[in-house]
Amino acid sequence: MDWSHSLRLIAPEETLSIAGLILLLIAAWGGDKASRLISILAVTALVGAAFLVAPALCGGHMGPDYSAFFGQVHADAFSAFGKILIYLSAAATLVVAPAFFERLGAMRAEFPILVIFAAVGSGMMVSAGDLLALYIGLEMNSLAAYVLAAFVRTDGRSAEAGLKYFVLGALASGILLFGMSLTYGFTGTTSFAGINAALSGGLSNGALFGIVFMLAGLAFKISAVPFHMWTPDVYEGAPTPVTKFFATSGKVAAIGLTMRVMLDAFGDQSDAWRQIIVFVALASIVVGALGAIGQKNIKRLMAYSSINNVGFILVGLAAANPQGASAMLFYLVIYVAMTVAGFVTVLMLRDENGENVEEIGQYAGLSRTRPGLAAALAFVMFSLAGIPPMFGFWGKFLVFKAAVDANMMPLAAIGFAASVIGAFYYLKVVKVIYFDEPVDAIKWKSDVWHKAILGVTCLFISPLGYLLSGWLQGLTDTAATALFHTL
Amino acid sequence: MTGFPILSLMLLVPLLGALACLFLEAKAARTVALLATLVDLVLGIALWMNFDVGGAQWQFTERLNIFSGFTYALGIDGIALLLIMLSVFLMPICIGASRSIEKRVGEYMAAFLLVEVFMLGVFMAQDMYLFYMFFEAGLIPMYLIIGIWGGADRIYASYKFFLYTLLGSVLMLVAMLWMVHTAGTSDIPTLMAYDFDPHVQTWLWLAFFASFAVKMPMWPVHTWLPAAHVQAPTGGSVILAGVLLKMGGYGFIRFSLPMFPEASVYFGPLVWGLSMAAVVITSLIALVQSDMKKLIAYSSVAHMAIVTIGLFAFNVQGLEGSMLVMLSHGLVAGALFLCVGVIYDRLHTREISRYGGLAINMPRYAVFFLLFTMASIGLPGTSGFVGEFLSLGGIYQVSTWTALICTTGIILGAAYMLYLYRRVVFGEQKNADAAAMPDLDARELAMVIPLALAALWMGVYPESFIAPMRADIAALDARLARAKPAGDSAPTPGKAKPAHEEAAAHGGSH
Repeated sequence: MDWSHSLRLIAPEETLSIAGLILLLIAAWGGDKASRLISILAVTALVGAAFLVAPALCGGHMGPDYSAFFGQVHADAFSAFGKILIYLSAAATLVVAPAFFERLGAMRAEFPILVIFAAVGSGMMVSAGDLLALYIGLEMNSLAAYVLAAFVRTDGRSAEAGLKYFVLGALASGILLFGMSLTYGFTGTTSFAGINAALSGGLSNGALFGIVFMLAGLAFKISAVPFHMWTPDVYEGAPTPVTKFFATSGKVAAIGLTMRVMLDAFGDQSDAWRQIIVFVALASIVVGALGAIGQKNIKRLMAYSSINNVGFILVGLAAANPQGASAMLFYLVIYVAMTVAGFVTVLMLRDENGENVEEIGQYAGLSRTRPGLAAALAFVMFSLAGIPPMFGFWGKFLVFKAAVDANMMPLAAIGFAASVIGAFYYLKVVKVIYFDEPVDAIKWKSDVWHKAILGVTCLFISPLGYLLSGWLQGLTDTAATALFHTL
Repeated sequence: MTGFPILSLMLLVPLLGALACLFLEAKAARTVALLATLVDLVLGIALWMNFDVGGAQWQFTERLNIFSGFTYALGIDGIALLLIMLSVFLMPICIGASRSIEKRVGEYMAAFLLVEVFMLGVFMAQDMYLFYMFFEAGLIPMYLIIGIWGGADRIYASYKFFLYTLLGSVLMLVAMLWMVHTAGTSDIPTLMAYDFDPHVQTWLWLAFFASFAVKMPMWPVHTWLPAAHVQAPTGGSVILAGVLLKMGGYGFIRFSLPMFPEASVYFGPLVWGLSMAAVVITSLIALVQSDMKKLIAYSSVAHMAIVTIGLFAFNVQGLEGSMLVMLSHGLVAGALFLCVGVIYDRLHTREISRYGGLAINMPRYAVFFLLFTMASIGLPGTSGFVGEFLSLGGIYQVSTWTALICTTGIILGAAYMLYLYRRVVFGEQKNADAAAMPDLDARELAMVIPLALAALWMGVYPESFIAPMRADIAALDARLARAKPAGDSAPTPGKAKPAHEEAAAHGGSH
């Protein structure tokens, strides 16, 4: 394993890092005037990086040949899958962000650069093969994310969101580090392969505590119950494009990281942590659904919806086998598409002054004043609720199928029944936009880029998405197999 | 015609119609919707003409592996054929009944055509997951129809409809996942012949029951139906009563009975008990209604209970009878909602007491309303009689008590329907505005005459409808034979001729 090989494997990260540094220089000289240009270049860099990692996924790369720096970083199909999702959703964020910030006069040249660095960190999280690489990736992502949350300096809510996110994120990192140190103490190694090998003889109490604390820290990052409290406040307070970034790239990175840790490092100990995951999954489904019912702000609703969705994704983790991992990845793809479509719609819903309208009540009768937008929002809501024939159903179907195939009938039955609670609040949004008398608050005409992203994602979550299911299933299966072949 | 994907075409026509309607003006949308449903009717008739009675069990099969996890597999047997015919027959009438809809016509027509796509898909699907998708997908357009174009209390009714049926269905999906995991295939014909462990069958049966009982609807989970019916526009009520309710019965006959024969027999008494309760209780409730639509909605629940006892009689008479009750109820309840819609359009109230003496100013209306009332009661010569008689004859062989109590439903049915008819059509013309209403116009006649003819046809010559499904019912009966309960009536076969269909009649008259 020579250095040049390792460096070649992490070419996407290098590309993005160098691009980020160059753009930082441009920002230093060009100032905020150059922010449009920087955004465009950043999108190009992100899309280019996505193309760079694509061969690893399509070629089904896995095993030691694709592991860089002595197992620190895996450039296999699994990380490629996660990275493509992360880079593309980061790019989508950058496309819709300028319109939002320019109206507030808050567009800064640093914004695209922070997004790039956060994306690099996220990419590292999903490709980590060692506790140290994991932590570096996590912090690289988080530090950029704290700044992004507080990006609109004139807005009190944004500052509050940034501060909350920082304090709670630091706490979570602390818990995670504590778990990592316990794990290291009881296994004598930081590499996932080493931990797995050290635990093969049996699980000591200390290592069990390590697992529990690491899970607690990770649950913070994926905003699973009972560590979900920060999510609604941060999602509501952060600028909408940033919220979208957290809900897509951030979520993919955290889930991918959790899968790496649980299925690689502690993969053979699944009996020890399965009960925890089952509880966290069900609790997230139920609390996310119940919490969303009373919400009046669409961003808070989406926050609870993301808690709810994380619960469904974790059902796949409870199965702890390649089928479950593949189902989680499939769900993630659909979830990202739904979330992007949802937040782009929210960004497009503005009154005549261009002010973003986040109050759900203000969307009343949208179907009569803006039928296209209303249909898009209805698509997102029915898809999130998992009603067939929307594609969102298929994600839920696959994770529960994995649970049933792993003989976890009660989990599947309770989880599915709880999904009906969730349907209630999604229906409420549809009710407001379709059944209520119009208030005609939405006047804004959005630019073509918003419409393009919305159109593509809505087509994907529509029944037409099933036409891609065979292709996607192949990719997720490859990625899941790669995850189980890193050792 | 072999190889021609006629089933896919029948799904495609309304789907394209729905997409077109979304972008059209009101008048054009009405025309497109009517055309699409008429084309589907023609295709349906072609389907019936080409259906080979006595041929292969599954005909017109199509199979495409374009999805992962499930197959796009379509195909029909005689049972599905009849229900498809019912759907395509009622759809143009529903579109015609929607003349009074004035707001958002394009969306309304699109929603209706989507309902048609999903309904037909339910009856055509040969893959369990495909079936589930169609089964659930129908909720979305129906939710919108009730919620947007419904009456005053539409929001509550739409939620109730959606969440009730969704909760039932998700449990069914879990059971489906387990079955496919165990049997290794999601192909419905294969699963119909697969023998699941009888102990597990109990759980699977309950999960399916949760879904179908709500759809059916059976007492006590029927409460969404009156709410939805009363609030839905006329066309919505017709399609809800006419076809959507049949999905529950179709589910029992396609899944619960052939896939879980032991469990079905084990839970037979439960179904009988619920059906008996439903017949008596909902008939009594119907008797005291002052709202016409609510009255007919409750009568639907009572009729559906006759369907369930026929299904769970586990013999040929009962099964054929319940199929005929479903078809007949589809026509008659649809027609009754249409009759209510006709006078609702004129006076904008469903209060029974606001009408009276309509026979004087609306004689033609009175004739048709009477015909459908009689068909609903089950007068011999109308469609209602054949099915109810066979169903009750079927259950008599198994449980005489159930037969006795359910037969009171016929008497109570006569009571509430005749009482309704007397108050609306006979008597004095108390209200001047009701007395001034014009009789049926050409459009309304065009809607009720086909329904009346079909109801009479089914009553006079039911063989046309029994023939396509005879082989399938016999196969189902053979499948149930191993678990069949003994029965407490001990019917004695007659001496003279070899027994054929009339055996049921003999059994029932002892």
